[in-house]
Amino acid sequence: MKTLKIEDLSKNFGSTEVLRKINLEIDEGNFLVLLGPSGCGKSTLLNIIAGLETINEGNVFIDDYNVSKVEPKDRNIAMVFQSYALYPSMNVRENMIFGLKQAKTSKEKIEQQLEKVSKFLQVDQLLERKPSQLSGGQRQRVAIGRALVREPRIFLFDEPLSNLDAKLRVEMRREIKKLHQQLKTTVVYVTHDQTEAMSLGTRIAIMNHGVIQQNDTPENIYNKPSNTFVADFIGSPSMNLIKGSLKESSGGISFSVSGSNVEIPIKDYEFIDKSNLNNKEVFFGIRPEHIYFKKSNESDFEINLRADLSEYIGHEQIMTFDYANQEILAKFPSTIKIELAKETKLYFDLTQTSLFDAQTEERI
Amino acid sequence: MQDNTQSSSYQQLEQKSKYTNMFLRWFLYFVLILFASYFIFPLYVMVVTSLKTMEEIRQGTLLSWPSGLNFESWAVAWGGRGYGAGDTFLRPYFWNSIKMVVPAVFFSTFIGAMTGYVLTKWRFKGDSWVFLFLLFGCFIPFQAILLPMARTLGVLGISNSIVGLVLVHTVYGIPFTTLFFRNYYVSVPTELVKAARIDGAGFFKIFFKILLPISAPIIVVTVIWQFTQIWNDFLFGSTFSFGEAAPIQVALNNMVLSSTSVKEYNVDMASAIIAGVPTLIVYVLAGKYFIRGLTSGAVKG
Repeated sequence: MKTLKIEDLSKNFGSTEVLRKINLEIDEGNFLVLLGPSGCGKSTLLNIIAGLETINEGNVFIDDYNVSKVEPKDRNIAMVFQSYALYPSMNVRENMIFGLKQAKTSKEKIEQQLEKVSKFLQVDQLLERKPSQLSGGQRQRVAIGRALVREPRIFLFDEPLSNLDAKLRVEMRREIKKLHQQLKTTVVYVTHDQTEAMSLGTRIAIMNHGVIQQNDTPENIYNKPSNTFVADFIGSPSMNLIKGSLKESSGGISFSVSGSNVEIPIKDYEFIDKSNLNNKEVFFGIRPEHIYFKKSNESDFEINLRADLSEYIGHEQIMTFDYANQEILAKFPSTIKIELAKETKLYFDLTQTSLFDAQTEERI
Repeated sequence: MQDNTQSSSYQQLEQKSKYTNMFLRWFLYFVLILFASYFIFPLYVMVVTSLKTMEEIRQGTLLSWPSGLNFESWAVAWGGRGYGAGDTFLRPYFWNSIKMVVPAVFFSTFIGAMTGYVLTKWRFKGDSWVFLFLLFGCFIPFQAILLPMARTLGVLGISNSIVGLVLVHTVYGIPFTTLFFRNYYVSVPTELVKAARIDGAGFFKIFFKILLPISAPIIVVTVIWQFTQIWNDFLFGSTFSFGEAAPIQVALNNMVLSSTSVKEYNVDMASAIIAGVPTLIVYVLAGKYFIRGLTSGAVKG
């Protein structure tokens, strides 16, 4: 049984297509993050799961039951919003039990739930306060509490941390992670922040232009991006995509850039499809953190590049190198001194590379 | 040496800006007092005239103080002289106006709140057109709807009645009240409505439990606006009612323009003040919310 299943879902607002043929499945207890740039349709998808938006095509199943036409309150979900959406005229207690009261839950059960959840979230001292008397972090807690008291099958989070300042955001992120570890509930979480997505998700679905680009574990999203969009979106600075072509010879496959006679051997790369590789136009992808200043593995590839720019950011520095007129970014500890405008010896970690078809931009 | 010249030039500048500031300040007070007296002056004349006897008035000293606090003309304006026919006084018409203004303000405000709620939180296809047409209603002059409205009231059988006036003022007020509430609710995050829907609240519950409790500022604005409009209205009142069903402004007009032998300026002035006092009271009681409601829309939640 899948806790949540989305089947061939499409949605448009007038003539604008917002979601196209979305397919998703979540197992019980998983933490799925919908990640993408603004306007990619991730919030719309969440609203559809909640039942707040109608569907044009396709179906939504919760516990294998088709809920496409079921009212939000009957879907057994709870949602936490970006603006917290606490009812301004009610105090914390009334806010938290509003849903239970609507569902005609018995008084004892309501009190019991309220006590349990408010203790758990440490808001039991704030029950008589109005939302306007709470700090950002406290409001966030109450909003989560309002969702928790209903003991839903699925928690929906719509960018819940983006209204908090940087320090509090990191704290609340840890708390949400702890919460999930303790309660083991199923969560769908929308964000545009890749750090949040990586640290919280057990699975991440990266969306762009209403299409899911990759739905995978955080490790695979980072190590094996399925196309150049994902490769570019994840990581800071993002992955270097070096344009060049492949060459197949008796010695194996190698990659070279036009204007340079350096040939990078492609040895242990797991190709999805091994045919037609000779002379194929490709992007050679390598992350800035996988370019080293000192040789660290036997297979590391040695290359001489000219350093053009240095950006100091405290614990590390981002260097820009020139590789046959293409910019290559690399990340080093800031203790290393590199002279600008000089050829520098660098090492590419060939176990950490990705290759993409230059035409389709898909991983090969 | 150089330091000294520099500090003395700063001293000169300081002196200069001090004088400029002082001059500007006095000029500002002068202008403010001038404008304030421009508005207070007519009121002063009304009050002192209403307290004078007719003899004093005939002396022609418009600005002079009355000889004493003589409230007789106020009593006459409110309760009449007690001789039957032809004696017009304000008391019955004052209550007419109250009976008209209270339900009319209530209904127009309530309907405006509902419409504003629907137009912002339950968007539907063509809702912006509906709002545009409602907005258009704000620009329709009173005169343009007199004839069709008279016909409507006739068909409904409520012409020349307070009920008829309540209907007219409610209908005419809806575009304004809708505009107020719509603009207020636009700034209320729609996520509140979404959260309430997930919590299981329906259309009316969301309105009464979530939105209405945070609408106090805009309710005050709307009530003041509608009360002033309806209480001070003369055209609808004089067109759709006469005789005993007339509101106070119509009665005031009849009183002042009635062709008795002598013009009783003191009674006229007292009547005019009585007719204007309720709006003043409403404004004084709720005025601070009025400004607050007009300037702030955002709800911090």
